[in-house]
Amino acid sequence: MAATRETTWKEWLITDMPGSAMQARLGSGYRAWLSLARSRTSMFGLSVLLVMAFLAVFAPLVTPYAPNAMAVELRLQPPSWDHWFGTDELGRDIYTRVVYGSRVSLSIALVVALIVVPIGLFVGMTAGYFGGMIDRVLMRVTDIFLAFPRLVLALALVTAVEPGIGSAIFAIAVTSWSPVARLARAETLVIRRSDYIHAARQQGASSLRILWRYIAPMCMPSVIVRVTLDMANVVLIAAGLGFLGLGAQPPLAEWGAMLSTGRSYLYDSWWVATFPGLALLLASLALNLLGDGLRDVFDPRQD
Amino acid sequence: MSSTPARTEQAELPLLDVRNLFVDFRTTTGTVGALRDVSFTLGRERLGIVGESGSGKSTVGRTLLRIHGKNGIVRARRLQFAGRDLLGLPEREMREIRGRRMTMVMQDPRYCLNPVLKVGNQLAEACRAHSTMGKAEAWQKAVDMLDIVQIRNPARVAEYYPHELSGGMGQRVMIAMMLIPNPDLLIADEPTSALDVTVQRQILHLLDRLVAQRRMSLVFISHDLNLVSGFCDRILIMYRGRIVESCAADQLHAARHPYTRGLLDCAPSMDRKVDRLNVLVRDPAWEQ
Amino acid sequence: MGAMIEIDRLNVSFGDGSQAMRVVDDVSFRVAKGECFGIVGESGSGKSTILRTIMGLNSNFTGRIVIDGQPFETRRAREQYRHIQMVFQDPYSALHPRRTVDWSINEPLLIQGYPDRDRLVVEMLESVGLSPALRYRFPHQLSGGQRQRVAIARAIILNPAVLLLDEPTSALDLSVQAEVLNLLDGLRRAFGLTYVFVSHELAVVAHMCDRLAVMKQGVVVEILSAEQLRRGDAAQEYTRELIAASLPYRREALAG
Repeated sequence: MAATRETTWKEWLITDMPGSAMQARLGSGYRAWLSLARSRTSMFGLSVLLVMAFLAVFAPLVTPYAPNAMAVELRLQPPSWDHWFGTDELGRDIYTRVVYGSRVSLSIALVVALIVVPIGLFVGMTAGYFGGMIDRVLMRVTDIFLAFPRLVLALALVTAVEPGIGSAIFAIAVTSWSPVARLARAETLVIRRSDYIHAARQQGASSLRILWRYIAPMCMPSVIVRVTLDMANVVLIAAGLGFLGLGAQPPLAEWGAMLSTGRSYLYDSWWVATFPGLALLLASLALNLLGDGLRDVFDPRQD
Repeated sequence: MSSTPARTEQAELPLLDVRNLFVDFRTTTGTVGALRDVSFTLGRERLGIVGESGSGKSTVGRTLLRIHGKNGIVRARRLQFAGRDLLGLPEREMREIRGRRMTMVMQDPRYCLNPVLKVGNQLAEACRAHSTMGKAEAWQKAVDMLDIVQIRNPARVAEYYPHELSGGMGQRVMIAMMLIPNPDLLIADEPTSALDVTVQRQILHLLDRLVAQRRMSLVFISHDLNLVSGFCDRILIMYRGRIVESCAADQLHAARHPYTRGLLDCAPSMDRKVDRLNVLVRDPAWEQ
Repeated sequence: MGAMIEIDRLNVSFGDGSQAMRVVDDVSFRVAKGECFGIVGESGSGKSTILRTIMGLNSNFTGRIVIDGQPFETRRAREQYRHIQMVFQDPYSALHPRRTVDWSINEPLLIQGYPDRDRLVVEMLESVGLSPALRYRFPHQLSGGQRQRVAIARAIILNPAVLLLDEPTSALDLSVQAEVLNLLDGLRRAFGLTYVFVSHELAVVAHMCDRLAVMKQGVVVEILSAEQLRRGDAAQEYTRELIAASLPYRREALAG
């Protein structure tokens, strides 16, 4: 039997003579991954996020109780083997509620990111590429949204619409897209003067093609970094809205809301507020660490 | 016009004594060898170091000044400046040498001048760093230095900010700054590469005169073989981190290493018309 | 026979009102089909601006630009563009950093709707002396000379009539420059291209071009043939200065 290719996956990925476009793309993705993996803090952040995501997705399978199962005789129990994080004022298991709460927080962050990236990119790239009146108008609109303090504007919007997860997402997204637009515009202003853009125009490429195939891939890295770091904030803002009773409505488990009710019991039953608080901290920290790591990968500053 | 011979009757130590120098750089993808077994000495003369990109010529200059960056690993049997070993020298003592007895002029003056300070102030600061001058005296010395590098209206130019200088003027300012401490050795790393051809000439004339007047040693790093051969006493040709040829400048036409010959042959010349330029064929054996 | 390129009293200014600066001042020249015409000058001479204006990057000009009998206005039809292509100075920004060599050369074919693109890409890579095995590399995995070859491949794959070359070898090592210049020369003869070659190096222009214009601060100082340049037979003072500055440096005899 003829000896087949003995190259391992690794070698195939990092070869410097890729045999196809797919191999080249996978290879460069792998290299970026290796670069990210070099940073221990980023790996920590990533692992925390992955664990949280896993728990969130499989919440019913990894929690011993139902999130809304009340047991008034077991109210305000301290952490024990039966209830790892203790119980709250209605006897509900806090660990279960924290896990279910992660569903709310993480999904809000994710959906906001998915909304904000396309809108911000579109507005920013269009303004940066075409310049002139288009740029001025789009940037003034961006400035208007940028001028409001985020939490306040989110509050106003949520109260205007019916409070709930959907409106929280809407409100936070509305206040989050402007910085992404500005970033995309700044990158586009620089990129559009590159020789390869001139070359593309000279070949007859339309503006749309240039924006979509040439400029967007160049803007993506810094936008991704920015949005990842921003998601840390989004998690906190969503919790803030929940804290004020404007996000997920009770009895839905949500970290901010849990913090809010836990306030009254802080001195005697510290666990009611502390564990959701820690979860919030961990989620935000993990996103920050991951974002920092991504920035070092995409925009390294060599010594 | 023959070049002035190196002063061989000196019994003193060579100014620079480099033996078996290896420099590697740690990168994210492993260790890269920048210099391999480089050995040379330098007296009171002008030494040219010529090479293409990746030859390691700039690394030589930076290693001498120990500004190669913390990713650099330097090993050598000997690396001496005026009899002092540079390898084990503590940073504090290295600072005495760097910028005082050994200075460097680089390619782009804009990266070496502080953009928010006036030119005169930067020169004055350099004056005061190496002496006990007062402010007024230092400013006057700064203006004098600008005059020495043949800047017209030196008093006015001293009030300029770096971004107001043209390429040639910026280079003169940098030369002025590097000459203030009256160094024994001046390292020039592609000092004229970013300048227009006519301005290049002027800067070279200037360097020529100043180096001769102050009896400094000069290490002139460049990619331009013809330029260096007209300017220096001796030339080292580097290829991929190694010195492949060492000869006197006026003996360049008799160079023996195929890389040197190849370089000499492949340059377009204004003297004759050729159909195709000679192309350098790299031999892997040159890297041994 | 009409010239391939006719530039007549071209004027380009930047800035408005009192800040307006004449970057190209009343420049005229003609280039025959298949010729290599050089433009030499120092920084600020306007030589690159002329190329960019011909390419259509500057709409702010007065004067006539006629390519292959067709006048170029400030607003052009998309069709008119692709007959003129450019090779840029900096190999590091000439190619899209996140796209493979294959993508960069394929794009013009995709945009213009050519069939049989795969074969054309491979042929073009071979024409510029690159192994097709390099096809899926990214620009940062290529040397400066290789990048420039890819840029050249991209420029000629659409069969332009005119190739504008803006210091194409200035950023390359000497040995690599020789290869690229030979390549450019060979391609010109093989495909009957017309070149306008801008450089600050007289020796390079003297080698590549048949005729050249010497520019200083936006003005054409003189137009002469490469032969005249080699003989040092220049009418204007500035040209003679340039020639003198391009000769190998000779140390002054110092009196001790």
